[in-house]
Amino acid sequence: MMEITLQHPLERYIRSEKMPTTWCPGCGIGTIVQSFLKAVDELGLDPKDLVMISGIGCTGRVPHYLRFDGAHVLHGRAIPVALGVKLANPKLKVVVWGGDGDIASIGGNHLIHAARRNADLTVIMVNNFIYGLTGGQVAPTTPKETVTYTSPYNPDSKPFDMVKLVAAAGATYVARWSTAYPVLLKESIKKALNHKGFSFIEVISQCPEIFGRINGFREPYDLYLKIKKIGQIRRGISPFDAKYDWNEEISLGEFVNREEPTYLEQLEEIKRKARGEKA
Amino acid sequence: MEKGKVLYVNGNEAVVEGAIAAGCRFYAGYPITPSSEIAEEMSKRLPAVGGMYVQGEDELASINMIVGASMAGAKAMTATSGPGYSLMQEGLGLAIATETPIVIVDVMRAGPSTGIASKAWQGDIMQARFGSHSDYEIISLYASSVQEAFDLTVEAFNLAETYMTPVILLSDGVLARMRERLYVRGQNELSIVNRKKPTESPESYMPYKRGEDYIPIIANFGEGYFVLRDSLTHDERGYYYERPDVQAKFVLGLTEKIRRNAGKIYRWEEAYTDDAEVLFVASGVMGRIASVMVREARAEGKKWGIFRPISIWPFPEDALRRAARNASKVITIEMSVGKLIYPVKWSLRDGQDVSVLPWLSYEPPSPDDLLNLLEVKA
Repeated sequence: MMEITLQHPLERYIRSEKMPTTWCPGCGIGTIVQSFLKAVDELGLDPKDLVMISGIGCTGRVPHYLRFDGAHVLHGRAIPVALGVKLANPKLKVVVWGGDGDIASIGGNHLIHAARRNADLTVIMVNNFIYGLTGGQVAPTTPKETVTYTSPYNPDSKPFDMVKLVAAAGATYVARWSTAYPVLLKESIKKALNHKGFSFIEVISQCPEIFGRINGFREPYDLYLKIKKIGQIRRGISPFDAKYDWNEEISLGEFVNREEPTYLEQLEEIKRKARGEKA
Repeated sequence: MEKGKVLYVNGNEAVVEGAIAAGCRFYAGYPITPSSEIAEEMSKRLPAVGGMYVQGEDELASINMIVGASMAGAKAMTATSGPGYSLMQEGLGLAIATETPIVIVDVMRAGPSTGIASKAWQGDIMQARFGSHSDYEIISLYASSVQEAFDLTVEAFNLAETYMTPVILLSDGVLARMRERLYVRGQNELSIVNRKKPTESPESYMPYKRGEDYIPIIANFGEGYFVLRDSLTHDERGYYYERPDVQAKFVLGLTEKIRRNAGKIYRWEEAYTDDAEVLFVASGVMGRIASVMVREARAEGKKWGIFRPISIWPFPEDALRRAARNASKVITIEMSVGKLIYPVKWSLRDGQDVSVLPWLSYEPPSPDDLLNLLEVKA
């Protein structure tokens, strides 16, 4: 009898021995990881040349499950670790995975400075509006109209729109998608991986077990539908015209895509100057 | 091949010379007095030798950048002073847990908190050992001369690469500014250690497996081993598991790799200890001044001895015990209310008379100043 072995087409990129994941049923991170692996696959990248760096949080667990070099480091500090990796071995493509708490709150300073430097990194920030791994606390991205376990009377202040923040800090590739558009996300990740300099992709994602439950979404699908409804794709608008509004619209699309000297190129220029060579 | 040369430089510049000689090609740091000169020199020198200098947005960024650079194979370092070193404690813990070799220079200044930026103190001795949370062992060396600042910087990189661990090089605000002759050893006069590389196939390779020497052989990123460096408790594969046996093995690995090899790490200097009735223990700038005081006292017939620990951590306990075997009094001389006195007490037998002579001025004393203070105390 012929033996049939079934293998997922992306399994070669997965540390199967680490399955199952810690992610809750209905979580959006799996969809995003699949878009990422398809992007890697379609670009035909050598897994040896990719490094995954993450901080702490649900999204921070991504490197655990992917068969690339990786580091799961401190809360908020994935970006500086990633920059060190890239500068020490420029042939590597270094990807930072983080949630909104990790990247926009505790790691916010590193994020804006990486954007300013045009650091040769790709940052994928999964925004689920809440601290999931710690059980549901308010984040700098939590919409004013929603509640969490540490903002039971709604958040005390307005959220960051990360697209505006990162664009203002000088990022040369900025996009926002949601789990409702996995194919557009995949195409955007392909661009980000091939982008020269700093690329930032925010992905609006559902956290049904915690954010959804607290905010009255009975099923993962209900929260997914809400995210699908408010996520409006806008083409050709400025990042500063993008909306981040829970009731009306969270604008999706590619907001910045331009070329500038990257951080590595600038450091190579400094090396030439230090050695007295002409550019 | 780089030949030896003589320079007239200060302690900060000697650290830079030592780092470059040791093969350091990546530096990230944040300006802080009295260590900033190390960053300034590195920003000038490193690019010229093909290296990279990054001024981090803060100390947190800086230490995490050097951890990342080291994971990708670079010899990397940072330099700071007390307030910055405090901020680096979480990154230090990351380097310990992931067993990533880095060198951190702490040029100690007066504190606590912001203290006096430009003035020396010896207050970080315990922070060098216990600054980051939970169980670990650390290697920390303390230089007392410009030549030693160079030599110990090279040693710090060698120890980091050998034991796959961060190494804390202590200096102070006096050494940072003190100028003296430095012989920069040529490459043929130095022995430089580079971390081991795995020989197994990626399929059977386990990055955190320990051999007889207890030291793991960890592949750099980009070498095809698909290593996972985790700040979470991890097993031999580097995989996180919430299990008592994994946690126990994890912390024992981190501590035993230093403890079992401590005999190879201890460094100290001693003089007149054979028949010393009073043994002084001092390190760094105070070690140097106390040595002169003891030498002069010997000339007057006093049976004094001096013990200067160079590896503050692990502390050379057995050597101190031997040096103090005939001493009725053991006195640490410190530019602080007393830090070194703790490992000294831990090392000696119960009941041995141990006390501290605190020099509570940031201006270093003369040997006579110390003698006067001793008389007041006596």
